[in-house]
Amino acid sequence: MANWRKITRRSFMVLGAAVAGGAAFGVYKVTEVPPNPLQPAAGAVPLNPWVIINADGVTVIAPRAEMGQGISTTLAALVAEELDVDWAQVRVLHGPPAQAYFNAGFAERMSNEPDFKLASAPKSHNVLLEAVPKIFSLQITGGSTGAIGGFMQMRLAGATAREALKAAAARRLGVSPDQLRTEGARVIGAQSFDYAELAEEAASLVPSDVQLRDPSTWRYIGKPMPRLDMVAKSTGTAQFGIDTWLPGMKFASVRMNPRRGGAMNSFDPKPAMAIAGIERVVDLGTGIAVVANNTWSAMQAAPLVSVDWGAADYPADSEAMFENIATAFAGEPNSRLRDDGDVEVELAKGDLIEAEYRIPFLAHAAMEPLNATAWLKPDGTLEIWCGNQAPVLTRDACAAAVGLTADKITLHTPVMGGGFGGRTDPVPAVLAARVAMEFAGTPVKLTYSREEDMAQDYYRPAAIARLTGRIEGGKATALWGRTATPSATRNALARLVGFSPPGPDRGSVEGGFDQPYGLANYRYDGHLSDLTVPLGFWRSVGNSMNAFFLESFIDEMAHAAATDPLAFRLDLMQETHAPSAAVLQKVREMSGWDRLKRPGFGRGVAFCYSFGTPVAQVLEVGQTPDGIRMTRAWIACDPGLAMDPAIIEAQMTGAMVYGLSAAVRGAITFADQQVVENNFYDYEPLRLHQVPAFEVAILQNNGQFGHIGGVGEPGTPPAAPALANALFDLTGKRVRELPLSDTFDFIA
Amino acid sequence: MPITLNINGALQSVNLPPDIPLLWALRDGLGMTGTKFGCGVAACGACTVLIDGEAVRSCQVALGDAKGQITTIEGLGQPDNLSPIQAAWIKHQVAQCGYCQSGQIMQAAALLATNPTPTDEDIDQVMQGNLCRCGTYPRIRAAIHEAADMMKAG
Repeated sequence: MANWRKITRRSFMVLGAAVAGGAAFGVYKVTEVPPNPLQPAAGAVPLNPWVIINADGVTVIAPRAEMGQGISTTLAALVAEELDVDWAQVRVLHGPPAQAYFNAGFAERMSNEPDFKLASAPKSHNVLLEAVPKIFSLQITGGSTGAIGGFMQMRLAGATAREALKAAAARRLGVSPDQLRTEGARVIGAQSFDYAELAEEAASLVPSDVQLRDPSTWRYIGKPMPRLDMVAKSTGTAQFGIDTWLPGMKFASVRMNPRRGGAMNSFDPKPAMAIAGIERVVDLGTGIAVVANNTWSAMQAAPLVSVDWGAADYPADSEAMFENIATAFAGEPNSRLRDDGDVEVELAKGDLIEAEYRIPFLAHAAMEPLNATAWLKPDGTLEIWCGNQAPVLTRDACAAAVGLTADKITLHTPVMGGGFGGRTDPVPAVLAARVAMEFAGTPVKLTYSREEDMAQDYYRPAAIARLTGRIEGGKATALWGRTATPSATRNALARLVGFSPPGPDRGSVEGGFDQPYGLANYRYDGHLSDLTVPLGFWRSVGNSMNAFFLESFIDEMAHAAATDPLAFRLDLMQETHAPSAAVLQKVREMSGWDRLKRPGFGRGVAFCYSFGTPVAQVLEVGQTPDGIRMTRAWIACDPGLAMDPAIIEAQMTGAMVYGLSAAVRGAITFADQQVVENNFYDYEPLRLHQVPAFEVAILQNNGQFGHIGGVGEPGTPPAAPALANALFDLTGKRVRELPLSDTFDFIA
Repeated sequence: MPITLNINGALQSVNLPPDIPLLWALRDGLGMTGTKFGCGVAACGACTVLIDGEAVRSCQVALGDAKGQITTIEGLGQPDNLSPIQAAWIKHQVAQCGYCQSGQIMQAAALLATNPTPTDEDIDQVMQGNLCRCGTYPRIRAAIHEAADMMKAG
């Protein structure tokens, strides 16, 4: 335990996050560390990269973007815990693009080990693993890694600031710092001082090592903190990217080739120019932007531009795409990340259970449509506002697109109206930057219509899975899962960083190969399709696919074994991973699973260990005269250290709703190489009256102390199989294809 | 010719054609960005405002037809002067990304104005036009009940 209580700043820097505070204090040579990301305004003193103390109070610079997941509040609580400031004195801002903010938690996600094994392992400082995100400059918000990455960094930032402030006060009073204490943003001794009045002096008194607080004294960590963004978001005063408003600005909308990746052979702007308020149609190479004096006119005009679109290099429609995906089974698997025992010997004994599952492409469909604002200023610099999950990538992509060096670009990352993985690509910022270059001196806000947002998304891939299992004496003896899908990771990284990582593609099999089921013979293969439909990271990535396959199939095996499906899972997990078994046991108790089921209702259970957090869900469905209704849901999760139970509860329910929305009605389909779905009327998420009542339990047994599992994504993967399993329980009909509304009538 | 609107108790003039939806007059013409664009086809409710107390989708109301008293989220309450509904929203920590919440709150305001003690069924009926991708629905429901209690207590 001693290793995390006392960590020197120097060793911390060497090991991981390369905190660039040194640049501000002159402790380290600038050439040795990434550039200091902060350019505080006059009068503000940078104590280190994550905290600014001035007359306005304490401002925490969060290295992760706020998409609604509450990460800015949790990161601020970590700083406040060490810094001794009252909650009302804390503000939080998103940091500018900087390699100094690289996401340490993301590194663990690059491993091919099952997560549940990593949680209990000593934290390795594998140089290669930690180098990968740095190479890619990933100041990424994703992979449910925000709190994991921030846990040490933010507390060290707070503690370092506290000790520096004490040192400044000690010097004034002529006493030793340990004779002073801190409280309410003041250093208290014979005389007491506001942090603000000490800040400038403290900047030169940064201690070489600091002691972190004992967890038993924590006041903020582990407590439900009022979210720092809640008042703004309840009063319409939160500034999303789409709300960027600058004097004299123009308003634009885009229309890019709906046959993704195809060329634009020619276009005629004339029909669009007939709309009042249109100023210009800008040629963007593979599409156009219409610039107007208001957004609505631009959106009306964009479809009127007459365009001759070139073809994409993927099949015409969904049917042909699934055929392509199915052919991938014929080749050698790309990965076999699980191969316990000998499935072939066991399955050769015959008497097999076999099933094939299919899932469609999905869109992110965040409530805030994609948008970006850019302004080419008279001094030749470009200022950009764009909610995004990868600021360094975004800034650099904009620089490359407009022929400026990165230092000429200032990128702001406002709060995002939902991300879910859909704001990783820099395209909106790049397009806004390119339009702004045509309107020197005038800010241009570019807003996608909902239809364009849906047509130009980077989708969760479609996939097919074939699973084979064997039961003997009421027990599962073998399971061989095979998934075929185009790789979202390869597809996205090739586009984002020009490089597809070779080797086993974890993202296409996670949620399948890595689950804590102790089957003696357990193999999981990933086959990659070469489909070139543009793909991205969708909340929980591959887990959303494979959890549906595996958890549906485990259910089928349980029924074939004439065993209760929850007990069947528990039996397979008990010996392998106790915290996972415990969340299953917990939903069993919460849902009254062992009691007699209500007549006219069905129940389904599902489990998935993802992003360091095991989650079990039970969902109850009932038949009504108006269709099937989801009535009640129980969720048990174990993120290890639960940093903020209220935020975790919100994320768990929200992630399950997101997964259920996709399971019920979510499908992106193609015809004529174009996405068919347009808007919320044909890609319709669940509405208030369609979601069940939720009960959430948070356990804290997982991993060693200090293990922090993700909470933004792990609630999504079990949702679809829990629903499919509940529908089987209700109707006796096993449906192996999503969305489920193709088969069942849900309440409208 | 500029069109004059009565917004949150004040007359405001906006110089845009009369067929432009009220949503865009508010956002682009007046810089009142609390009212959100989500779908443009009245499928999500993010742009909900009140006209003479009735909840409407401002993406479907032409500027020229926006006669009457318009109330937007900015007029319902401010950070230092919260309406009971907003206070209930904060107490229940409803928002995640927060983008849909202006519309949710305006829709809830219209509900509570005509039905001070809504049942769960009433809430289902009135709130189902307002999408939330973060899935904050359970807390929205709880906050509406709380706001009803707060308004009753005065």
